[in-house]
Amino acid sequence: MTGFYIKLGVATKEKKHKMAELYETSDVTRERIRKYLEEGKRFDGRKPDEFREITIEPGVSKNAEGSVRVKIGKTEVLVGVKMGVGEPYPDSPDRGNLMVTAEFLPLSSPRFELGPPKFNSIEVGRLIDRIIRESKFIELEKLCIEEGKKVWSVFIDIYSINDDGNLLDAAGIGAVAALKVARIPKYDEKEEKIVYGEWTSKNIPLSKDIPLSVTLHKIGNSIIVDPTREEEDVSETKLTIGSSGEYISSMQKGDEKSLTIEEMHQMIDLSEKLYKKIYLKLEKFIK
Amino acid sequence: MTEKENSTERKIVTPGEVILSGNDYLPGEGTEKIGNDIVAFRYGLAEEINRLVKVIPLSGVYHPRRGNVVIGKINNITFNGWLMDIGSPDNAFLSVAEYPKFVHKSELDMVMNIGDMAVAKIKEVNRKAVDLTMRLKGLGRIDEGIIIQVNPNKVPRIIGKEGSMINLIKEETGCNITVGQNGFIWMKGDSIEKELFAKKAIMFVTEKSFVSGLTEEIKKWFEKEKNHPSMADLKEKK
Repeated sequence: MTGFYIKLGVATKEKKHKMAELYETSDVTRERIRKYLEEGKRFDGRKPDEFREITIEPGVSKNAEGSVRVKIGKTEVLVGVKMGVGEPYPDSPDRGNLMVTAEFLPLSSPRFELGPPKFNSIEVGRLIDRIIRESKFIELEKLCIEEGKKVWSVFIDIYSINDDGNLLDAAGIGAVAALKVARIPKYDEKEEKIVYGEWTSKNIPLSKDIPLSVTLHKIGNSIIVDPTREEEDVSETKLTIGSSGEYISSMQKGDEKSLTIEEMHQMIDLSEKLYKKIYLKLEKFIK
Repeated sequence: MTEKENSTERKIVTPGEVILSGNDYLPGEGTEKIGNDIVAFRYGLAEEINRLVKVIPLSGVYHPRRGNVVIGKINNITFNGWLMDIGSPDNAFLSVAEYPKFVHKSELDMVMNIGDMAVAKIKEVNRKAVDLTMRLKGLGRIDEGIIIQVNPNKVPRIIGKEGSMINLIKEETGCNITVGQNGFIWMKGDSIEKELFAKKAIMFVTEKSFVSGLTEEIKKWFEKEKNHPSMADLKEKK
């Protein structure tokens, strides 16, 4: 119990310390954002359930098996897919491996610093991992070369280029798009080595259902999507829903405040609606 | 290309680049004379007027100058004043003596606490620190409104020639706007629509900051925006 109180004390101290940073959204602006939302208005004039402009640009990295640059408004992420051959995990000897890592580069925001990964970037990596893994988007069983000995490993690397809020959804769109454009590299069976820089015409085996993440934030009594940096600062609770259009495959609630059952239903309905909108953007790109 | 042709138009230079050479020219803002050459010290547009060569910076941090009005955040409280972060390399100091009212030294945090935003004027720039003052009209703690941040190098465009641009935005939107030279802009209006409209207008200016004849452009923009159906409720309230 004492440990709990000590932790609480540290948290408030850190919060106070953070408030003094210039890049942190100021109290007056926070108050205004809340007041705006009470009247159904957002900080940048959007509707509560409106996304910013999404652009997807493939082939940004020449060494990656597949790469895309995703922009949502001013938020920008790079996602790359790299493949390797390795040993399977003991609990899945006949399946390929999947690994998702996210790194928030210091150039993208004054909030991010060099050093070991922090909570926010680990969270994004793990969430995207779960969305892709639990929806069974990658048919991992087809990535087995020799059962129990050799399988393909898929690495998804997410890098933030600019942070203006909602890096999570940008990363989710990027991961799916990058997997779609990725090609399997040539594998030299004799030498047991991958010939990097040469690709086969095969794509990574993917299922038809496309998993996408939609993150919904709650500020006061309103639910918004695709928050800007300032709105994300004010956000009290967030819920990330990973769905494949028809069914939900993963879900995570973040931050400390609670949600009622009605709000939960409202969020799930909204995520379904938004899935279709984002999917339309992605569809053009996939074809 | 001869040097004369070169100097009539602005060209983009990067730090370390030789802009002009020869003893005919004087180094101005953002440049320095090294040997016989005038070298750029900042990334921006180089121009030469009456033999004076200067660089108009396009990016980079805010450099404090005496007389600038800035918006900053209270960073720390010392025994005789407040430390403020104004986005410059050094912290700025506001002494209790420079606060318009008498404040007892034990009540500093009651007046302005850590995390509060405030408008201040730069009184002096030392080698070590920046001294601020609040003993002028329009300066003080910010209680209400929205604060947005823009590139500090675009502030001159937002203000316009002798304040023409900012006055136009103030008139059209009916908002109180204070522009800090460090890129922070404080807007306060009596309705949400007005504030959001002012924000939109300022964002438009920063995006179009490279256009010449910007004030004309923004006048057209206001005409267009006002006839937009979404602005109907703004008109009613005006």
